Amino acid sequence: MKNIYFLAKKELKIYFYSPIAYSVAFMFLLIAGYFFYSDVLYFSLISLQARSGFMGLDITDWVIRPLLGNMSVVLLLILPLLTMRLFAEERRQGSLELLLTYPLRDIELVLGKFFGCLAVYVLMLAFTLPYPIILYLLGRTDISPFFTGYLGIFLMGSAFIALGLFISSLTESQIVAAVITFGLSLLFWIINWATHFVGPPLSKILEAISIITHFEDFMKGIIDTAHIIFYLSFISLSLFLTLRVLESRRIRG
Amino acid sequence: MIEVSHISKRFGHRLVLENVSFYVEKGEILGFLGPNGAGKTTTMRILTGFLPPNSGTVRIGGYDIQKEPLKVKRLLGYLPEHNPLYTEMTVRDYLFFVAETKGVERSKRKTQVNETIERCGLREVASRLIGHLSKGYRQRIGMAQALIGDPEVLILDEPTIGLDPKQILEIRQLIKELAGKKTIILSTHILPEVSMTCTRALIINKGRVVAEDALDNLTYTRGVSISVRANPQTLLSTLNSIDGVKSVAIEDEKEGIVRASIETGQEVRAKIAYNIIQNGWELFEMTPLRASLEESFVRLVTEEEGQ
Repeated sequence: MKNIYFLAKKELKIYFYSPIAYSVAFMFLLIAGYFFYSDVLYFSLISLQARSGFMGLDITDWVIRPLLGNMSVVLLLILPLLTMRLFAEERRQGSLELLLTYPLRDIELVLGKFFGCLAVYVLMLAFTLPYPIILYLLGRTDISPFFTGYLGIFLMGSAFIALGLFISSLTESQIVAAVITFGLSLLFWIINWATHFVGPPLSKILEAISIITHFEDFMKGIIDTAHIIFYLSFISLSLFLTLRVLESRRIRG
Repeated sequence: MIEVSHISKRFGHRLVLENVSFYVEKGEILGFLGPNGAGKTTTMRILTGFLPPNSGTVRIGGYDIQKEPLKVKRLLGYLPEHNPLYTEMTVRDYLFFVAETKGVERSKRKTQVNETIERCGLREVASRLIGHLSKGYRQRIGMAQALIGDPEVLILDEPTIGLDPKQILEIRQLIKELAGKKTIILSTHILPEVSMTCTRALIINKGRVVAEDALDNLTYTRGVSISVRANPQTLLSTLNSIDGVKSVAIEDEKEGIVRASIETGQEVRAKIAYNIIQNGWELFEMTPLRASLEESFVRLVTEEEGQ
C-alpha cells in the first residue's frame, strides 16, 4: 500500500516538474472555460427570446449537459497525452529496468502509476468546479445534475487513463502510445453508432461496451450502479492487462 | 553471498549465456570482464531479477531470486549500464523516492539520503534537476541510488563508462571505499579498472566463463628484465646456464649496458642476481615481468576463439 503511494507521488512530481501537467491542464481549462462561457451566454440568449410563450427551458438541458458532453470530448483528446509517457518513457529511458530491481510488486507499480495520473486528472477537474458554483450563484437553480455529471466524467476519464496506461505499457514510443490510446478511446466512444444498422444481439453488445452510452445517464442526473460497474470493470480489465504485459516482458526479456 | 549455478539464457535462437557458474564471497569485489557482447549485461540482469534465466539458479544471501524475488531485491543495489535516471526530478527528490521504494524506514530516510549525498559528493547539486547535470554527476547519482537502502550486494554495470579521467578516479575511489563492507560485482571492459579495484576476476566470452581466478594468478610473473654492464655473449651463456631459465633475449645494448629479458619457469631472480654479481658485472635494474591482465585477457579470449 505504502509503495503505491510513493510511486504515485513520484509520478505526480514528474508531471509537475515538467511542463506536461501544466500544458495539458491549461489547454483543457481553456477549452472547457470557453464552452462554459458560450453555453451560458447561449442559454441566456434563448431564455430572453423564449420568455414569451415557450416554456420548459431547462438549465440541465441547455448548459450542464452540453458542457459536460463537450468536456468529455476534450478529455478524449487530451488524456492520451497525459498517459502516453507512463510506461513508454520509462521503457525507453531504461528506468523501468532499475525500478523492477527495487523491492516492489508489479501490481504496486501499475497502481502507483494509475493513481499518480488519476491525481493529475482529478486536480484538473477540480479547477472546473467554479462553473457549477457560478451557475448556482447566478441562477439559484437546481444544479444537482452537475454532481452526478462529475461522477460520470470522473469515471469515464479514469477509464481512459487505465486504457492509456495499458497501451503505454506495450510500446517504447510515446507517440505510438498516444495515437493508439486516442484511437481506441474514440472507437469505444462511437461504437454505439453502429447500433442503428446492425440488429440485435450485436447492437445490444455494442451499446453495452460503448463508453458514451454509460455516460449519458450521469449527465441527466441519474446514478445507475450498472454504469458505475461498467466503468470499474473497464478500469480493472485495463489494469489487469497492464500487469500481464509487465509480467510477460519479464519472461521474454 | 552470491551463488550462480549453471545459468543459461537464450533470446530466440541465440544462446547468450551457456552454463555460467560462479560465486562471490561476502565482502569480495569481483571484476566481471569480457569483450562487448560477451553476455555481461545479461548476466547482471539475471542477477538483479530483471530477466529470468532459461535454466539454472541464482541465490543471493541464501535466497533464490526466482522464488523469493522481494527478499533478494532488498539486498541489492544496482547501477545499470546506461544509468537511467528521472531527469525531471531534483537529485534529493529522486534519492528520497529511491529510499521510499527500497523500504528505508521513515525515520531513517532523511539521514540516509543526506549521508549518501555527502558520500557521493552531490551536496552542491542536491536541489538541482537531474536533467541539468553533467554526465559525471549523473553517474554519481546512479551510484548514490544503488547505495541507498544500504544493500549488502552491489551490482555495477560499467560504472565508469563515458566519464573523464578525473571522474573515473572518483568513482573508483568510491568503489574502493566500499571494499570489504559490501559484496560487489563490477562489470567492465576496461581492464586497469579491475586491476585497481577488484580482488578476483571472472572473464566471460561468448556467453561462457573462460577464467575465474584471483587477480594475482591472472597476472602471473612470467620472467624478469635486467640491465647489466657486461659482454652480451658471456652474459647470454651465463644466464642460459642457470637452472630454471627458459630463454634469454637481448633487447638492446647502449653504451655497454645490455638490456635483456629472461623468461623463467620458476622463481630464479635471486640466482640471476647472484650470478651477475659473481661475475663482477654492474646490475642497474631488475624488474619482474608480469603478464598484465590485458595479456591474460587477450590470451584467454583468443584461445577460446581458436577452439
